Formats: sequence, C-alpha cells, structure tokens
Amino acid sequence: MRTAVVEHPLDPAALLAEVSRSANGAAIVFVGTVRDVNDGRPVSGIEYSAYSSMAGRELDAIAREAAAKFATPDIVVEHRLGALALGDASVVIAVAHPHRGEAYEASRYVIEQLKRRVPIWKREHYTDGTREWVDPTGQARLAEARP
Amino acid sequence: MTVTVLLFASYADALGPSVELELGEEPTVADVVTGLSSLPAGRALPPRPLVAVNQSYATYDHLLRAGDEVAVIPPVAGG
Repeated sequence: MRTAVVEHPLDPAALLAEVSRSANGAAIVFVGTVRDVNDGRPVSGIEYSAYSSMAGRELDAIAREAAAKFATPDIVVEHRLGALALGDASVVIAVAHPHRGEAYEASRYVIEQLKRRVPIWKREHYTDGTREWVDPTGQARLAEARP
Repeated sequence: MTVTVLLFASYADALGPSVELELGEEPTVADVVTGLSSLPAGRALPPRPLVAVNQSYATYDHLLRAGDEVAVIPPVAGG
C-alpha cells in the first residue's frame, strides 16, 4: 500500500505494475482526468492545490481503510497538484486483489472517500479567460446569499 | 490565547493564507469560526465550515491548546 500527493505527471502503467502480483487475479486502474466541460462551461485547464501535509495523511488513512475493508495490501494512489491541461490525469488508483469484485469495490471506495475527505481544491480555468474554485457542495453560493 | 489559522483556496483568496486571532482562554474550534466570521472578509465563509486541528477534522467543541495547527477547510474538490 502506498499513497502520494505529487507535482509531476502521473504514470498509470507504473502504478499498475506496482500492485500486480501472481496472487492477484484482478487488477484495476482508475484514472481521473481533466474534462473539457463542467456545468456546461468550456474548461481550458485546472489548477489543483492542497493542504499538503493533511492531504497526504488523509489519503493514507483512506488507503489503509480500503486495504483492511477489502483485504488487500495492493493499493497504490497518487494525486497530482499544480496546473493540469485537458486530458491530464489528476488521480490514479491502482488496486489488485485475488478477485475482481473486491478490486472494483476497493477502487470505488478510495475515489469516493477521496472526493469527500482529502483537502485538495481545484480552480477551473474557462475558455473565456475566467477562473473559479470548484465547490461540489454549493456552500460558496450559500455564503454569498447571507445577509 | 493567540491562534494562527491556516486558510486555503477560496477562503485564502478572501482572508489571506493565514490569520492570527486573539481568543480568550481555552478557545474552541467554534470560537475560531466566530472570530473569522467577524472579520470584514469573513462573509466569504459559510456558517459552519470544516475545521482541522493538527491535520485531522475536528468538532466545534474541540478545545484548542497552544501550538495546535488549526486550518479552515473549504469544500474539497479532489479527484
């Protein structure tokens, strides 16, 4: 099991190789990439930032939970920070397990918990030159609406 | 007690990357949020933002000690 928050391009094939062992009958790589549109607005790139020390700890805790819950030590997660272009990988989760069901579930667990808990933020840059922090909860709009 | 609060993303845009607050004795996480919200730029914060103490999410009744690392966490958007 290994996790990292990094500032260099991610290499899904290297992570897949890292979790592959002959005891495992299934290996899954999830790659999250920068999409060209969000909420109908054309995106030109995304800038990721983090509370780095806590992000590292939280990501590690999630991978540990997944390893315990789904009984496999073969989980590697990397999240990238900095300026990413369209199509660039922002997160890679590699999981291997003797059986495919648990491999899929562990991979899903890691990405869903990561999106809920890891203190990483993204600022989308739009093709019209504007940029905005992404707020999946809509809290910012709530704050603006306060009297 | 003086508490230094770390801020990130949209909260840092509004309030700066860190803010020093002068709070009473035995302040709680709730006192930090109240202190930040009363600043001129505090309107950028939602009513109950997430707060981390020493890099773990903390509840609002959590008591702070001198030297604790306190951070207010905007809605996360990793992945």
